Amino acid sequence: MADTGQVLVEHKFFSDLEEAFRPLVGGCAKMIIFEAGQYLFHDGDPAEWFYLVRYGRVALEVVAPGRATLTFQTIGESDVLGMFWLMPQSHWTHDARALELTHAIAINANCLRQKCERDHDLGYDLMKRFVPILLRRLESAQLQMLDVYGHSK
Amino acid sequence: MAIQNELTATLPITDPMLPRLTRVLVRRREGPETLTLELEAGAAAPAFLPGQFNMLYAFGIGEVAISMSGDPAVADRLVHTIRAVGETSTALTRLEAGDHVGVRGPFGAGWPMEAAYGCDVIVVAGGLGLAPLRPALYRILAERERYGKVVLLYGTRSPTDILYRHELERWRRRLDVQIEVTVDYANGPWHGHVGSVTTLIRRTDFDPLHGIAMVCGPETMMRVTALALKEAGLKEDAIYLSMERNMKCAIGFCGHCQFGPHFICKDGPVLRYDRLGDLLRLKEI
Repeated sequence: MADTGQVLVEHKFFSDLEEAFRPLVGGCAKMIIFEAGQYLFHDGDPAEWFYLVRYGRVALEVVAPGRATLTFQTIGESDVLGMFWLMPQSHWTHDARALELTHAIAINANCLRQKCERDHDLGYDLMKRFVPILLRRLESAQLQMLDVYGHSK
Repeated sequence: MAIQNELTATLPITDPMLPRLTRVLVRRREGPETLTLELEAGAAAPAFLPGQFNMLYAFGIGEVAISMSGDPAVADRLVHTIRAVGETSTALTRLEAGDHVGVRGPFGAGWPMEAAYGCDVIVVAGGLGLAPLRPALYRILAERERYGKVVLLYGTRSPTDILYRHELERWRRRLDVQIEVTVDYANGPWHGHVGSVTTLIRRTDFDPLHGIAMVCGPETMMRVTALALKEAGLKEDAIYLSMERNMKCAIGFCGHCQFGPHFICKDGPVLRYDRLGDLLRLKEI
């Protein structure tokens, strides 16, 4: 069985994580595998974990009454899945379904938030990692929402 | 009169304002409101460069600029992919095989095919913007050994809007080109990417110091794509965009397509980002 801390820094997101932080983050992490078609979580579930995808692909989906399930984003290798963990007691607002066999590192949100409260350097490090991803996803969502391909070249 | 004779002597043999009469050979539906017309080229049709456009004339209705979207090595037909958005383009999409259409062109500056020799080529297309890039892809694949890594990143609205699906599937089976397609949303059996095309840029490995990007799509998409390419390390003078403006004469006389100091019909439609970047942020033009 691979050491979680080692696997953690093999992931692009934590590849340059400081030595001192590795056991802290690794202590909240576990390896997890999802079969194709298996749900990682459902709309309304508590956002207790977030995931670093190592291999595979996950679809983020919403279901609206009377309409087919809509995929609004796919998460792939080296991506981070889940931002709601940053806020305590939050819930997922969509489903996440593995499109293929997916290997991920699952990180417990409550565990990591508590460590960030105790060690603000760790919290600041994580903030710097997550904010660019949040902003890029916001930019991507804006483009999708604008429907730029709808009526002109 | 002597003056008239002099003017006549300097006129080109074919008047660029005079449409050539041609026929529709093939009409092929590509997706909702979008189809491809294959037109008879005729002996008078000059060769075209990837990225150039023709003015297509729907008789009695009007003329519109449409990019060349066929293989530049195929001389006997002109291929145009058209979306019905206005009166003229809608009329063109209603033409059937055998119908007549007027053609002027080709016009404009094309993609930097020779400048890209030896470089990694990142082709980024959005929606119908794949059409003006397809001739460049044909050329690159025909001269594959002249280029470094070749990547096509294509973003569109939904799986049913994917242009040239069979061709993309065929190219994807090649081992010397990377094809990635993403859609804004998907429902049904779609196992590809979902998200904006910029997310694909951030997942793509290429050599930014020896790379060149060819980008075509809606202007909003091109602006954020250019920024993502810059973030990935490409220099502004290695990013080329194909611009779209209201073209009328297509030879730089009328000024309808003026964009700052550029006439898109004559200086473009393909222009380098270092000459465009500031203008793209101006709302007034």
